[in-house]
Amino acid sequence: MNSETRIRVLATKPGLDGHDRGIKVIASALMDAGMEVIYTGLRQTPQQIVEAAIQEDVDVITMSSLSGAHDYLFPKVMEILKEKGVDDILVLGGGIIPDDDIEALKSCGIAEIFGPGSDTREIAKFIRENVKR
Amino acid sequence: MYEDQEIELLKKENERWSEEVQQKLAKRPERKKEFVNTSGIPIKRLYTPLDNEEMDYFSEVGFPGEYPFTRGVQPTMYRGRHWTMRQYAGFASAEESNRRYKFLLEQGQTGISVAFDLPTQIGYDSDHEMAMGEVGKVGVAIDSLLDIETLFDGIPLDKVSTSMTINAPAAILLAMYIAVAEQQGISPKKLRGTIQNDILKEYSSRGTYIFPPKPSMRIVTDILSFCSGNVPQWNSISISGYHMREAGCTAVQEVAFTIANGIAYVEAALKAGLEVDSFGPTLSFFFCCHQDFFEEIAKFRAARRLWSTIMKERFNAKNPRSMMIRFHTQTAGCTLTAQQPKNNIMRVAFQALSAVLGGTQSLHTNSMDEALCLPTEESVRIALRTQQVIGYELGVTDTVDPLAGSYYVESLTRDICERAEDYIKKIDEMGGSPEAIEKGYIQKEIQDSAFKYQREIEEKDRIVVGLNRFQLEEEKVTGLLKVDPAVRTTQIENLKKLKSKRCSSKVEKLLAALKKGAQGDDNLMPLILESVKAYATLGEICDVLKEVFGEYGQPTPF
Repeated sequence: MNSETRIRVLATKPGLDGHDRGIKVIASALMDAGMEVIYTGLRQTPQQIVEAAIQEDVDVITMSSLSGAHDYLFPKVMEILKEKGVDDILVLGGGIIPDDDIEALKSCGIAEIFGPGSDTREIAKFIRENVKR
Repeated sequence: MYEDQEIELLKKENERWSEEVQQKLAKRPERKKEFVNTSGIPIKRLYTPLDNEEMDYFSEVGFPGEYPFTRGVQPTMYRGRHWTMRQYAGFASAEESNRRYKFLLEQGQTGISVAFDLPTQIGYDSDHEMAMGEVGKVGVAIDSLLDIETLFDGIPLDKVSTSMTINAPAAILLAMYIAVAEQQGISPKKLRGTIQNDILKEYSSRGTYIFPPKPSMRIVTDILSFCSGNVPQWNSISISGYHMREAGCTAVQEVAFTIANGIAYVEAALKAGLEVDSFGPTLSFFFCCHQDFFEEIAKFRAARRLWSTIMKERFNAKNPRSMMIRFHTQTAGCTLTAQQPKNNIMRVAFQALSAVLGGTQSLHTNSMDEALCLPTEESVRIALRTQQVIGYELGVTDTVDPLAGSYYVESLTRDICERAEDYIKKIDEMGGSPEAIEKGYIQKEIQDSAFKYQREIEEKDRIVVGLNRFQLEEEKVTGLLKVDPAVRTTQIENLKKLKSKRCSSKVEKLLAALKKGAQGDDNLMPLILESVKAYATLGEICDVLKEVFGEYGQPTPF
């Protein structure tokens, strides 16, 4: 596959959480699966995430939070994407996300939540099947 | 250890036995072609005295409480008293956390361990934009001395020991603790506890850095120097392998990278003019207890042997207390599964047992629901009870270092020592751990191990019960602990009130003095202590230091 047809993914850590094992493992796994991954590093604000996604022209955003701030940060990213009129990026979330919160996150446009124990091959498969462009 | 004749006989018999087993393998093969632990050390079918033929008991193992401390740092270990049962806790507001600490103390916990929220750990007050969504979530929100007064209200600080997981702003929180103790009429000389204060592993794995490495190391040495004179019973640093292990590294890497960081702190302190035995006894450590039972026990023994040798031979420490690796242990959060979460109770129990058999000085047992959320009171109680069952019922505490002399454990202890030494040598050659971190070497090693571990699980080379084998249809989990988002609003209101009530000209004067101190090379601790006493906020103090020191930006790993 050449780089033009490769799926481009922004892997990111919104907020102040420093647990980056999961997101880095996923970044490596998606690269292994032939995708192009841009990893932002820690401490990204929702604004920065959306800007990076637009600038890097990605097809997918994967974001991870283990600090419990997902209930604020994930919807905020979706809100800013909407404001900017971006509706063709597949957005996935992960981390320590209680079952009770998943519905609310999905209702604001996050396609899927992958919690602890998720198989990275399943995530790659999900991306391939659901990528919007 | 053995007579030549015995060894010869043993070699012959061992060969005979191995051949016989080999012949039977065709018919009854073993479960796996090769058995390897997480550190990549091949595990043999059987260990015998032959594996310890070269072992010198006195120089490698010795007696508990004596160099090289392989068997433990105290002569009587748990026959004297149990390890400190210390559950890491804190969430939401200072009031709520204060209630949790009192609950835990009533339940028989013997030390407090404070978890701070991320804004506090990264130097933001609760009203900062970067704090949005994070206030009170993974720990208690602390903005000023007022919050610390509430946090320890009714807890006599001369009776408990307190561990604070705080790194970049460690000086500020220690200063607040000293200030509150003074309000209770307690001299800093009587305070017992620990600040984590281990900035190097923040860059390599934990992520709550603020300033660049160089000024951060200066703050660390300022604290070491201040504590050795003023707070002598305080552990001024807790050099932590835990977070690197949780980020994915192996047992050998955990020992190696932790000790390499320890070496860097000692070198920095020596360079700042401190004498090794003046601060050596206040260094403490923090390890993980992971899932491979014997590997973990051997790891703790190896870490003690290695550190004591380094302190004695490399840094010429004379005080045996400088050579002791005294450590806290926490069970491995990353081994907990969100699937069938009650199984985590067993995982935690076995891991805790390995820490006890490894001779830990204090222990946190994780709660079964930590792969799902912050632990509830019930799950914290079970975790604490797990330690109490080990301490009071199993009998493992009745003799010191009961696994010493096990052919396997002694051999594994040596293997881990040797492999960790190889890493330390490599890091030395890079110029030490700060340089190795700057080059991204440590991060890369951790990341590669994490990826390998994940792949092993996905390929089912590594079985995780309930996750990739023995699965059940999972039920939706409810009744989890949830932090009230109103915590942030209350914190912000309190900040407003504080700022209108305190003497702002005094705060300004003290912050200006702090800035001047930071620009020069005065010890920052006394300046920070004065500032917190005047109710300067954590965010204000960090902002002043940021102006002088700048902020650290993480290089990208891919």
